[in-house]
Amino acid sequence: MINKINPWVKAGLVAAVFAYAGPALADVAAAAAPAVAKSPIPAATVNKGDTAWLLISSALVLMMSVPGLALFYGGLVRTKNMLSVLMQVLMIVCVVAVLWCCYGYSMAFTAGSGVTAPFFGGFSKAFLSGVDANAQAATFSNGVYVPELAYVAFQMTFACITPALIVGAFAERIKFSSMMVFMVLWVTFVYFPVAHMVWCWDGPDAMGTAAWHDATKHTKEVGDIIGHAGLLNQWGALDFAGGTVVHINAGIAGLVGALYIGKRKGLGTAVMAPHSLTMTMIGASLLWVGWFGFNAGSNLESNGVTAVAFMNTFMATAAAGLSWALCDQVMHGKPSLLGAASGVVAGLVAVTPASGYAGVMGSIVLGFLVSPLCFFFVTYVKNKFKYDDALDVFGVHCIGGIFGALMTGVLVAPYFGGQGITDYTHTPGTGFVDVKAAFDYFGQFKIQLSAVLITLVWSGLGSLILYFIVDKAMGLRPTEEAEQMGLDLSDHGERAYNY
Amino acid sequence: MKLIIAIIKPFKLDDVRDALTEVGVAGMTVSEVKGFGRQKGQTEIYRGAEYTTNMVPKIKIEVVCDSAMSDRVVEAIQQSANSGAIGDGKIFVLDVSHAVRIRTGETDNTAL
Repeated sequence: MINKINPWVKAGLVAAVFAYAGPALADVAAAAAPAVAKSPIPAATVNKGDTAWLLISSALVLMMSVPGLALFYGGLVRTKNMLSVLMQVLMIVCVVAVLWCCYGYSMAFTAGSGVTAPFFGGFSKAFLSGVDANAQAATFSNGVYVPELAYVAFQMTFACITPALIVGAFAERIKFSSMMVFMVLWVTFVYFPVAHMVWCWDGPDAMGTAAWHDATKHTKEVGDIIGHAGLLNQWGALDFAGGTVVHINAGIAGLVGALYIGKRKGLGTAVMAPHSLTMTMIGASLLWVGWFGFNAGSNLESNGVTAVAFMNTFMATAAAGLSWALCDQVMHGKPSLLGAASGVVAGLVAVTPASGYAGVMGSIVLGFLVSPLCFFFVTYVKNKFKYDDALDVFGVHCIGGIFGALMTGVLVAPYFGGQGITDYTHTPGTGFVDVKAAFDYFGQFKIQLSAVLITLVWSGLGSLILYFIVDKAMGLRPTEEAEQMGLDLSDHGERAYNY
Repeated sequence: MKLIIAIIKPFKLDDVRDALTEVGVAGMTVSEVKGFGRQKGQTEIYRGAEYTTNMVPKIKIEVVCDSAMSDRVVEAIQQSANSGAIGDGKIFVLDVSHAVRIRTGETDNTAL
C-alpha cells in the first residue's frame, strides 16, 4: 500500500509496462500482450524536478551523518573520546556505502525467493547489476518514476546513518576494529532485511494494473503483487521515512549493545559531562536541516505530499524542542540547551514515520507528546535500571521511534487532519484516498504495533547474536587502561584538540 | 613592601581594579583559580545526570605595594569585592623582602 520500491523486480509488472514500456523494459513488455482496452495507468515518465529533489535530499541526509550526527554525538562525550566518535561515524558511512552498492541495495530492494522472500531480497542487482542511467524506480504516483541511481543514492544515505546512530549507546568504551566488524554484520543481517520488510514492494503501477485486470479486486493478481512485498509492507504497516527501519532498529541495537558491553568505567563517580554542547547544538541543527531531505525526500517526488512531509518535520520538531525545555524547566527549574536539542531530535524521530501521513496539527501534538516520554526514559528509567546508554540512543531513538510509529496509525486518519491511506487498487491509475470511509483505528494500530514488535525482536535478537560473535572473535571492549586513556589516543593515535 | 593576595568573586574583578587604581596601585597580576571554602559548588544536570562541582571558580589578585600603602589597598579590595554573600573571598598580606624590575634592574620600591 505504501512505500518505496523497485518496480521492475517482478514479472507481475509486465502488464503495467506493456502499453508504454520505458526503454529499459521493452523486452519484458513484449512477453505479454493481453487484448484489452487501453490501460488507465499513465505512461512512465521521469520528471526533472523530482530527480533534482531526490538528489538534493540524498545529499541532505548524508549531511545528517557527517557532520551532523558526528558532531551531535561528539559534543556529548568527554574530550578524550571526541575524535573516536567522529571517526566511528565517518567510517561507518564509508563502509556501508560500499556494501550498499555491492549487495545491500539488492538485498533490500529486489524481491527474494522462497520462504525467506518476505524478509530478504535477492542478489539480482548485486554490484548494481543493470542499474544504469536509464534504469527507473517507482514513486508513489502512477506513472511517475525517478532514475534508479538517484533512488539507490537516497536509500544508501539511510543505510549509512542507521548504524551510525547505534554508536552513541556504547560510546567511550568500544574497540574501533570490533565496532567496524559488528557494523558490517549488522547492516547485512539486520538493516538490509528490515528495510526490505518495510519498503520493498512492486509499486503503484503494478498494483493498479493488477486491479485493472481484475475488476473484482483484491483477488489473485492483486494478491500476487502484494505477496512480492516485504513482510511489514504486506501487512500495511505505515512507515513513511523510517521510524521502524532506522530509529527503532538502531535504538534497540544500541540498548542491547550498552547492556552487553557494560557500563563505562567510573560511571556515577567520574564526571562524564558533555565536553562541548556547542558541538552538540551545531550537530542537532544540522540534523534538523538534513531531516527535510530524510522525510520530505522520502516522498521521492516533489509535490504536495512533499510539502506536507516538510511542514510536519518542521512543526513536530519545534513542538518537541519546546516541550522538552518545558520539562526541564518544571522538573529541574532551568531550561537546558542539551534538553532542548534532545527534544529537537526526539521530535524529528517521532515524526519520521508519520511525516507523509499526518497533518500539520497532528504533528504538533505528536511533537509535544514525544519529549516528555523520552525525557522520562533518559532521566528516570535509565537511572532506575542503571544501564549505560551513554548518549541515549534507546531513550530518544527507540522510544521516540516507537511512539511515532504507533501514533502514525492514528494521525494518518483524515479525521485528525491526516492524509489517509492510498488505495492503488480502488481506481487503478489514480492514487485514490477514501477520506469518507470510517477509519479502522484499532486495526491500523494493531498493524503498527506488530511492525514495532517485529523490528524490536529482529534487531534486538539479531544484534545480541552479532555482539556475541564479535566479542568472542575479537573482543568488543578496550582494555581498562585504553579506556582510561581515552579512545582517541588508544585507538587512533590522535587527539581531537591540540592546544 | 607587602604582597597582597586576594581571592575574589570573578564578577567583582572590574570593581576591584577600579578601586585599586584610585588608591594609586600601578599594577597587579590576575589569575583564574578554583577552590572551595564555605560556599558550596554548583550542580550541573545533563539529561538527568547530576554532577556537583565542589570547586568554585574564583579570581586571584596579587598586588605588591609599599608597606605604607598596604592598609589602604586591603581596605579598597575589601570594600569593592564585597557582595555581602558567602564566597566573597579572602585577603592575605605577606612581607616581601626584595623586588627587581627586569628591564632596568631597579630594586625594591622603585621597581614597583
